[in-house]
Amino acid sequence: MATIYIDNVPYEVKPGKNLLEACLTLGINLPYFCWHPAMGSVGACRQCAVKVFKDEADTKGRLIMSCMEPVRDNIRLSVDEPEAKEFREHVIEWLMTNHPHDCAVCDEGGACHLQDMTVMSGHNYRRYEYKKRTYQNQYLGPFLNHEMNRCIQCYRCVRFYKDYAGGHDLDVFAAHNHVYFGRHENGVLENEFSGNLAEVCPTGVFTDKTLKQHYTRKWDLTMAPSVCQHCSLGCNISAGERYGSLRQITSRYNGEVNGYFICDRGRFGYEFVNSPARIRKALVRTHLPEAVTKEVALQEIWGELRQARLIGIGSPRASLESNFALKALVGENNFHLGVDENDQDLVDLSLKILRKGPARNFSLREVETADAVFILGEDLTNTAPMLALAVRQSVRQQPLAQVAQASIPFWQDAAARELVQDKKGPLFIASITATKLDEIATATAHASPDAIARLGFAVANLISENSPVVTHLSEAEETMAQQIADALKTAKKPLIISGCASGSEAVLKAAANIAGALCEQVKTAGIVLTVPECNSLGLAMLGGHRLESAFEAIQNGYADSVIILENNLYRCANKTAVDSFLGHAKEVLVLDHLHHATTEKARIVLPAGTFAEADGTLVNNEGRAQRFYQVYPTPEDLQESWRWLINIGTSLRHPVLSNWKNLDDINQALAEADNQFKGILAAAPPAEFRIAGQKIPRESHRFSGRTAMNAHHAVSEPKPPEDPDTPLTFTMEGYRGEPPSSIIPFFWSPGWNSIQSVNKYQEEIGGHLHHGDPGIRLIEPVQTNLTHYFSEVPEDFAPLQNHLFMVPLYHIFGSEEQSILAPGIAQRAPEPYVAICEADAHALQLKEGNNLDFSLEHQIIRLPVKINNDITKGTAGLPKGLPGVPYAELPAWAIILKQETTWKHQPQIIS
Amino acid sequence: MFSILRSMGLTFLHAFHKRDTIQYPEEKAKLFPRWRGRIVLTRDPDMGERCVGCYLCAAACPVDCISLQATEDETGRRYPEFFRINFSRCIFCGFCEEACPTYAIQLIPDFEMAEYNRQNLVYEKKDLLINSQGKYLGYNYYKVAGMAIGGKGKGEAINENPPVDVKSLIP
Repeated sequence: MATIYIDNVPYEVKPGKNLLEACLTLGINLPYFCWHPAMGSVGACRQCAVKVFKDEADTKGRLIMSCMEPVRDNIRLSVDEPEAKEFREHVIEWLMTNHPHDCAVCDEGGACHLQDMTVMSGHNYRRYEYKKRTYQNQYLGPFLNHEMNRCIQCYRCVRFYKDYAGGHDLDVFAAHNHVYFGRHENGVLENEFSGNLAEVCPTGVFTDKTLKQHYTRKWDLTMAPSVCQHCSLGCNISAGERYGSLRQITSRYNGEVNGYFICDRGRFGYEFVNSPARIRKALVRTHLPEAVTKEVALQEIWGELRQARLIGIGSPRASLESNFALKALVGENNFHLGVDENDQDLVDLSLKILRKGPARNFSLREVETADAVFILGEDLTNTAPMLALAVRQSVRQQPLAQVAQASIPFWQDAAARELVQDKKGPLFIASITATKLDEIATATAHASPDAIARLGFAVANLISENSPVVTHLSEAEETMAQQIADALKTAKKPLIISGCASGSEAVLKAAANIAGALCEQVKTAGIVLTVPECNSLGLAMLGGHRLESAFEAIQNGYADSVIILENNLYRCANKTAVDSFLGHAKEVLVLDHLHHATTEKARIVLPAGTFAEADGTLVNNEGRAQRFYQVYPTPEDLQESWRWLINIGTSLRHPVLSNWKNLDDINQALAEADNQFKGILAAAPPAEFRIAGQKIPRESHRFSGRTAMNAHHAVSEPKPPEDPDTPLTFTMEGYRGEPPSSIIPFFWSPGWNSIQSVNKYQEEIGGHLHHGDPGIRLIEPVQTNLTHYFSEVPEDFAPLQNHLFMVPLYHIFGSEEQSILAPGIAQRAPEPYVAICEADAHALQLKEGNNLDFSLEHQIIRLPVKINNDITKGTAGLPKGLPGVPYAELPAWAIILKQETTWKHQPQIIS
Repeated sequence: MFSILRSMGLTFLHAFHKRDTIQYPEEKAKLFPRWRGRIVLTRDPDMGERCVGCYLCAAACPVDCISLQATEDETGRRYPEFFRINFSRCIFCGFCEEACPTYAIQLIPDFEMAEYNRQNLVYEKKDLLINSQGKYLGYNYYKVAGMAIGGKGKGEAINENPPVDVKSLIP
């Protein structure tokens, strides 16, 4: 530790940081713009000036930019020195000369770093009397609004977009005081992380366009800590509500998971919560009208299910509590996982690899620090976007060694990037088709899942002799395997990334073998496996029977009624099978928040709360259990799935469920029932948790309009809603200090209204939150010297005459069931297609856009062809989950139908 | 004894003084323009709504009796979709007027708003918006702020240069 003197007070700080970071870590308010903890310093804005003195006798000192000066032992500096203060005030006065003075109509207002810093610097009167520079704005797509007049030229946007997120279509144009940040022409920002610009930009140049449609100031939002539901990574988010609708998602800092950022699907996919397709009332199909009250619905359920032989179908997108409640209600033997056969195998295998394997399952933060990465069969940008962003940072690790050698601190961003130039650390990608990460990869291979697995097995064999041998490899594959093995072996922190997206067990096994082989030599090797949904891993840990066996149970009469939890079965099983299943069942009860094909067939539909209207726990792909909290109170009929299940259990006099009252009861029961879930009690504080006898408020102290917002219904204000499940309140009353990290509804600190206030919640800037980051890891690797190797090396892929091997392709905007209902996401989703390579297209006499007819698992499908030369000959890519593309268990062989075939069936549309 | 007589005398004298009490409601009290009474929403000199839905009045309100929702017309001009004041809670402190950056919300010298039914004290935008500039004449927020709206493009506000040509090489 180094000692620094700030205004003659000695402080102990960590060496290696810059003075700005040191000051902020110590809680000293020092204004800044261009510096960002994730992106380092460039010294562009001159706002963080402080005085540095030679020694005690020096009274004159010199002005320096604190973000550019490393911490040195015994350095003496002054933040409050009059000249430094005056300098900062002048700088902000200059920055404000062209400011459009439109805070009243600016979406950033109230959460604006520029406002905060202006107040902090003391500038309050405009002396500049000349004309203001103005700009034309650009159309940037459905996610971001552009208002260039507000720009203060800090360069954060391009540094994030180009340097950090690897985007190509945002840049800085023109010169001198005409500098312009935008695209070369109007158009949609292509990068998948563009939404972060709204948070990265210290002013209102880039703002959230979806928020603009129902604009609310930050101080008026009712916010709760939440977890993103749109992929398996479990990024932390803060969700904000006003007047009963969800308004905004912002990233919630978690030093172990997503850090400062989230992807666009997570940020803009929330609008499904406000969708007209929501189920808001309990429906009983035999009633007229169908919509009934909670009591009538429960009465009906009691009447029907009292005598029934029940089975339950869980869901990978429902919380652990809801799934466990269903499992408890129907009994362990009658609980089925609502996932497709292949996915269940793959997730089970992933879980086994993480549990039994010697390699550590890396968190996203650890991925960023890996120095050699091998990705097998995953298109990360589309399946687990934030993981792709983390991988982008990991390729900087090896070149940064050179920066360290040149004694340049890492946070000296411009200098470090200048020295590194285009050098990239080792990143190898073996994927089905080209991915966005290919541009930073050392070498890539685009192949069928089996060929990817063979390459993986070959790499494992080259690292450790104990891993099985792969025969009949082509020369190119052998060289690549050798190259990968060498890079991984020499790395200090190698990482293998794979997952369920390729639909192949062999790929997962190959990944496990490489990780195992690496662990024989490098103990710090890591593995990351992505899973299909936000709680896939949690559901697999909970365990249950296959979906197929649920179908059989109903068809063979072992059971007659079924409860389906937050699941559209048409997305995880064949249409005919589901039709016959739902047809045979006497009673079909569906709990969900959106209308879909399965709720159409249900006799009783119960309105379940989405992530914004429910509390629960999710287990992400790392095995981290994280709690998400209800954002706003809902009408009584709309409630958490687990609460519905408790209600049903109570009415059926279920011995266990009748005793449960709230979330903590379920968690307690879950922790007692299953040893692997012991940790979840520590994932978040219980409902009785209080600080100074008070709960934590979801609303800011400046929350407005509470005596008027419902006055048009009734002028007498109702009793504030209560929250029996969490230590949070739905009002503005409660403890105003810093809550524990897992229940921080929003980041705010006096003088820091913007998201930058997260500085005040961190142990050290860019590090962990105070008292540790939220979430509990439920899975830790076993320490063993004996690695178990999978031995089933697959045969190489061979094309079949008149057949195409259908492999799944993913789209960040479109493949996920819920986010696609957000209008912005839907606008970015591609049209349905089937991707084949040029050779195949030629052989079939098809051109781009022509229709290809094929039969897949007994369904005839017609889709327009998209030529994609990265697809292996003989295989075809079918976009998974995209509206208009019917469900099929992939990968699978499709039979090509001749063009002359009479067209009998219209292509089926899955809604 | 003397003091009692004096007091009685003084009291008696008051019978000949000018009355402070007025015969309300026949006779109206004289109120000054800055008297803080009923709240109205005013219009700018071009008769456009002045309120831009910035939420500052709501935030400033100590009894939280103002609630609104901002929205935008197709040209980008902001206005409140609804604007509601619960006068049964209002304390006529005038903080909302002070906070308003556009002179939209103003307190006027009118206090005759008593109701038998409390629900009638909830005023919606149609009850609040008047066809007048109120106390502050001549101010138009959008003429000052750099947002483009219908009829006013970029660089056309007061004290603004025309928009920069990004592709120009001239220094």
